[in-house]
Amino acid sequence: MVTALSRSSLWLVSLLIAVVACAAAVDTGFAIHMLIVALACIIGLIVTLRGVDLSKAILAPDQGRYDDDPIRWGVIATVFWGMAGFLAGLFIALQLALPVLNLGFEWTAFGRVRPLHTSAVIFAFGGNALIATSFYVVQRTCRARLAFPGLARFVFWGYQLFIVLAATGYLLGITQGKEYAEPEWYVDLWLTVVWVAYLAVFVGTLVKRKEPHIYVANWFYLSFIITVAMLHIVNNLNWPVSFVGSRSYPIFAGVQGALVQWWYGHNAVGFFLTAGFLAMMYYFVPKQAERPVFSYRLSIIHFWALIFLYIWAGPHHLHYTALPDWAQTLGMVFSVMLWMPSWGGMINGLMTLNGAWDKVRTDPIIRMMVMALAFYGMSTFEGPMMSIKSVNSLSHYTDWTIGHVHSGALGWNGMITFASIYYLVPRLWNQPRLYSLRMVNWHFWLATVGIVFYAASMWVAGITQGLMWREYGADGYLVNSFVETVAALKPMFFLRAFGGLLYLAGAVVMTVNVWRTILGHSRVEAPMRDAPYDPEKDRPVVAAAPAAA
Amino acid sequence: MTTIVEKHKKLERNVTFLGLAAFAAVTVGGIVEIAPLFWIDNTIEKVDGMRPYTPLEQAGRDIYVREGCYTCHSQMIRPFRDEVERYGHYSLAAESMYDHPFQWGSKRTGPDLARVGNRYSDEWHVQHLKDPRAVVPESIMPTYAHLAEHDLDMGDMTATLRTLYQIGVPYSQDDIAKANDDLKTQADPNADAADLQKRYPKAQARDFDGDPKRLTEMDALVAYLQMMGTLVDVNAPAAQEALAKEKGR
Amino acid sequence: MSAHSTYDMLRHLADSWGLLLMTAIFVGLSAWPFRPGAKSLNREAATSIFKDENDG
Repeated sequence: MVTALSRSSLWLVSLLIAVVACAAAVDTGFAIHMLIVALACIIGLIVTLRGVDLSKAILAPDQGRYDDDPIRWGVIATVFWGMAGFLAGLFIALQLALPVLNLGFEWTAFGRVRPLHTSAVIFAFGGNALIATSFYVVQRTCRARLAFPGLARFVFWGYQLFIVLAATGYLLGITQGKEYAEPEWYVDLWLTVVWVAYLAVFVGTLVKRKEPHIYVANWFYLSFIITVAMLHIVNNLNWPVSFVGSRSYPIFAGVQGALVQWWYGHNAVGFFLTAGFLAMMYYFVPKQAERPVFSYRLSIIHFWALIFLYIWAGPHHLHYTALPDWAQTLGMVFSVMLWMPSWGGMINGLMTLNGAWDKVRTDPIIRMMVMALAFYGMSTFEGPMMSIKSVNSLSHYTDWTIGHVHSGALGWNGMITFASIYYLVPRLWNQPRLYSLRMVNWHFWLATVGIVFYAASMWVAGITQGLMWREYGADGYLVNSFVETVAALKPMFFLRAFGGLLYLAGAVVMTVNVWRTILGHSRVEAPMRDAPYDPEKDRPVVAAAPAAA
Repeated sequence: MTTIVEKHKKLERNVTFLGLAAFAAVTVGGIVEIAPLFWIDNTIEKVDGMRPYTPLEQAGRDIYVREGCYTCHSQMIRPFRDEVERYGHYSLAAESMYDHPFQWGSKRTGPDLARVGNRYSDEWHVQHLKDPRAVVPESIMPTYAHLAEHDLDMGDMTATLRTLYQIGVPYSQDDIAKANDDLKTQADPNADAADLQKRYPKAQARDFDGDPKRLTEMDALVAYLQMMGTLVDVNAPAAQEALAKEKGR
Repeated sequence: MSAHSTYDMLRHLADSWGLLLMTAIFVGLSAWPFRPGAKSLNREAATSIFKDENDG
């Protein structure tokens, strides 16, 4: 009773602050954002006062040995934001092919929707997947319930508020203008608070573990949480114009600003999209394959080499710019070295299936994991290659970069997340199996073919544009005007959008499958692979009786 | 020997140690690469002509950031023959020294804009922003007609300039005090811009959006576009000398 | 000390003892997980996720 009272008063105070900030706002965007915060406070207040049991809303079974409620919410949020992010991606892909789809509104122009797409897939889809799986894995590997259960719920809902503020901000034109770090100062501060709470829950659970050894997946999760905190804070050192306004200016300018930004940007890839997802790989691949990781020693070396080398690689985003040459070279050298631990990790994941390769044929979830690792290997080869200065001089500023990013994001991050979701949903909702394994198979093929269309069209587009930009005629003049290189890419933009459509279609199939599984339905379907059985042949060979008998 | 192994076993099982060791591993690279940029003097050569943005240009820059122009346009010309011929002299570090945030970009869905200033007329820019395909039929740029309809209101420019001053942009107290007047003066064809141009050399003062009666967001954005890359005379001997010292280009 | 001699000093270090030290650290760290005493520890850690099959 006392806690309900103190919680309600906390909600009330927050509500009051939000309303005052809304009234005092110097720009509309900030006012709208404070209104959203106030709304969140009102919802929190109602939930607290009426004692609503949130677990009922998602058909959660009784709490078992572990605290799985925030994970169930997280899985649903992952699927939801994934759909939103893929849809936004398809929309902006079509905008590049058909500019009329910018619709003429300021809120729907490419420049504002593109950050919405990148943030939705990286931070909303990827971030929720990371938070949910890390809470799942840390409990199982530590054999302990989550530390600070209230804080864990705060992490989940606080993170959703961060996403909503960031996403609505982009459409309203509230942005810092730094790629993958677009949210403004107050949203950054909020995320910092949520992230510290996340660290507390994760470390708290590790501290109270019953298992002596800390399983390697937790190493990756821990380094991801710590490093992202460091990157986020340093790259978002901004000074607001007004404390009741949305605009702020980063304290770093020009060259320094560029290096800090790409130190952040590249390691958002390295730690958010790589270390965190490798943690998922190191738990879910062995569990689904039902055999331990190929080499635990290799995973230790993989871990230290990866986190040490990754942090240096940022300057390869700034080749041939005004950044000092030594920093560019350092970035290139470390990027090339990064190839080794990356492939070490890929090999470790793939070889885990040694002796169980038949599962690739029979288990579509394993197949997804293998495809994820294959794309991880491919993009971690392509990345170091593109960081070589001479290659970069052609690829930089073109769609090749976009293709590279998507083979990593769709292939590696997407596939390993889908596989983890398929692993988690029946277990979290206490169902005997997924609604349909055949739909997982459909999802696998739609996604794979979609990525092939996407990556192939962007390679062609990128190399075409790079070569056209530098094409000289016999007269010694540039052959192509800029807009001719734009026009040449049109067919590739359509093919890319088609690939995105296939990938989105796969995600729709997943959404239906997850939803029906949660509802407890089971699709009556032929198994993925019939046992080959021919009764005619299944009898002992009887020696033919001698004719003369 | 066994005692060392035993001790290490304990360390491998210690969360604090694991966290600290991981943190140490990830800080080294960042410190080695970033810290020198703040004290090695050849990072940015001082170049004649660089000055902070006028309030109108800064407001235009804020609109450029707000609309996410950087998602398709770079502001960083690399030292290659084709880029220099297409866009102009390659970009100097000093040219973005007052850029909070930097807008070098990472993708050229559209052309580089680092030296777009004074390459096209104001009318061309206004027409192009309102309806890109009326000027360049194959263009895939969104339309920004709404900029001409919105009165310019990027907040109190005095507060903006003071904020930028606090993080290191060398505005004078005079610049900060006059910021809101400067904003109007630069886009008003009837105003006397002599004082403004004395404090901000090479500032272009005129009506930019073709509607002298109103001060719109279009005025600010075109004013920003028209000044881009025009401040430094890259062919002057002093600039060339500075360039020779700028390493690695 | 002028900037130039600092560079020379660091460069010299990087090409000699510094390089040796870094190589030693690299080899030592890479070999560490393969030390004889770690074998059972590693196997135990790798299989720890299967200890309790009713975790789901």
